[in-house]
Amino acid sequence: MRADDATALAYLYASMLFVRKFEEAAQSSFLRGLIFGSIHLAMGQEAVSAGVCSALRQGDLVAATYRGHCQALSLGVDPTAFMSELMGKETGICGGRAGSMNIADPKHGLLGCFGIVGGSIAAATGAALTQKIMKTGHVAVAFFGDGAANQGYFLECLNFAAVRRLPVLFVCENNGYGEFTATGAVTAGSIASRPRAMGIWTREADGQDVAVVGNVASDALGHVRAGGGPAFVEAFTYRYNDHARGDPVNYRPMGEMERWKSRDPIAIGRNRALDAGASPAVLDHLDEIVAGRVKKVVRQAKDAPMPSLHHLRSIAEFFPSGDKAAHVED
Amino acid sequence: MSKTDFRSAVRDAISEEMRIDPTVVLFSEDVGAAGGVFQATRGLRELFGDERVFDTPISELALAGAAFGAAISGLRPIIEVMFGDFTPLVMDSLINQAAKYQFLTGGSCGVPLVVRSAVGGGGRFGAIHSQIPAPWLNNVPGIKIVAPSTPSDARALLRSAIRDDNPVVFLEHKRLYNLQGECRDEAVAIGSATVVRPGRDVTIAAVMTDVHKALSAADRLAHDGVSAEVIDLRTLRPLDLDTVVTSAKRTGKLVVVEEGPRTGGWAAELVASVSEQFGDITVWRVTSPDRPLPYSPPLEDATLPSAERIAESVLEKLRVSVNANKSRSGR
Repeated sequence: MRADDATALAYLYASMLFVRKFEEAAQSSFLRGLIFGSIHLAMGQEAVSAGVCSALRQGDLVAATYRGHCQALSLGVDPTAFMSELMGKETGICGGRAGSMNIADPKHGLLGCFGIVGGSIAAATGAALTQKIMKTGHVAVAFFGDGAANQGYFLECLNFAAVRRLPVLFVCENNGYGEFTATGAVTAGSIASRPRAMGIWTREADGQDVAVVGNVASDALGHVRAGGGPAFVEAFTYRYNDHARGDPVNYRPMGEMERWKSRDPIAIGRNRALDAGASPAVLDHLDEIVAGRVKKVVRQAKDAPMPSLHHLRSIAEFFPSGDKAAHVED
Repeated sequence: MSKTDFRSAVRDAISEEMRIDPTVVLFSEDVGAAGGVFQATRGLRELFGDERVFDTPISELALAGAAFGAAISGLRPIIEVMFGDFTPLVMDSLINQAAKYQFLTGGSCGVPLVVRSAVGGGGRFGAIHSQIPAPWLNNVPGIKIVAPSTPSDARALLRSAIRDDNPVVFLEHKRLYNLQGECRDEAVAIGSATVVRPGRDVTIAAVMTDVHKALSAADRLAHDGVSAEVIDLRTLRPLDLDTVVTSAKRTGKLVVVEEGPRTGGWAAELVASVSEQFGDITVWRVTSPDRPLPYSPPLEDATLPSAERIAESVLEKLRVSVNANKSRSGR
């Protein structure tokens, strides 16, 4: 993407704003008891997935994490079906079986939002193996947090992908905290130095600036598509919200949140679009469209029915046969 | 029909499926150039090339995770967990990813993944290279567990496993690799048990090496005038309850032989399920005790189920029931 492409930047701005408004609506729905269990919000991190996904092509595959609303929406997953899933509705992407933490939508290139830290790295590595063996020309992308850099999957899959020269892009969204604990307190050395030590193409990037992320992702994907093996991008960003319900929110130093909020990815994205020549009136109009669309999404999801219990029987149908004892209640 | 050994039957099954289906791939530690530590994949890399048959790092998280990712995106990967004892290292991918994916996607996206593993005791490999991981996985809906006892079933069931759209754990008992047998050219469905010796007085159900021990126990029992029916379950999940219940209803007695420790084993599941369906029956288990398997030959041999222990347990139960009948009729 060129930094002077006003249309592309206006689109990215609007898509980030949509994710922000969607998550604000999800948060208030959660607080009103319309969303259950736990949701993991990514407000403040929108530029990373918007930038990377802007560089993808139809047929590329993405593995995200339980904090995966950004990636799903950036990939074009139907937002009403997505919100419905969060609300446990029959019309949800996974029929209410998944919830926020486990959504998968292979039709839209979303392999899944993996609930185990590091799981996305493994899924994308395998998907990249398929692309290589089947010679599809597509790539797989793994999104994961800084916390995953200390999981076994990280070392093992990076090594595996490097020795097999797999077409996979690893995107570390370093938001400074693994759940409640500061990254630096539990992470030896720098994260990006780890793929570098394996000879993997690696860049660090300002994760708050969608144009920067988009350009770095384009370079990385160029390397991957040219058959150079995996690439790695560490994007520095920040999570505004608590990790999830039950987070004591007492671990951030004074002033840190304010410093990061002064570099909000959506404000930066808007300025990027304006600098490239987008008109303020057009961006204001996009603001209105986004607000109206999110309201509609929430209303439709809220009005959708909860799943009826006969769905339990259809679950049994696509499960391995012979588990007769488990079917007794049907 | 041709005669072959168990190890070649495994290799033939993979080779035949790879020839038919270009999406079948095989990768794991030492399976390519070396042909596997048990030589069950020898020659496959030469036949199908390094793209489809390749060696991986000693990296179970990566190879199981990659197998899952490959399975949901268009390949039918086969991986080998060199010893069943290493299964805990692949359990996150199996349990949290592979076994849930059909559920999450509403059955629209299969997970055609086969995890082969060399398992079982009797080889003097000690406590951490002899376990059978079936009970660790048995509590996970969505995983199938296959455990053949003959070369013929190994070949047929591995072909079925590769064609299955669910994750299948395929157990290969180390003590069976050299077993010779006739290879029938017939398909065997996962989840079907078979009666390998008909009998009247007692039903013995087992898998893998224990099927052969049960058959030799049945020979001994025949000398004592006891007619034992032996069932080779062949699949541990899903269990073929119909075949077991039909037999046990006729004999009135069911003994399940499980090589591993007693508590929480698959045999417990089988006797519970049979009892629920058919209460008027004597059921018991012959298993290893609840402790790790010792290395030293006399200690290992005394720990594992044997033909003698199976036969003795049957005679003991029959004596008990004969005595009970006597005392009942004497009243």
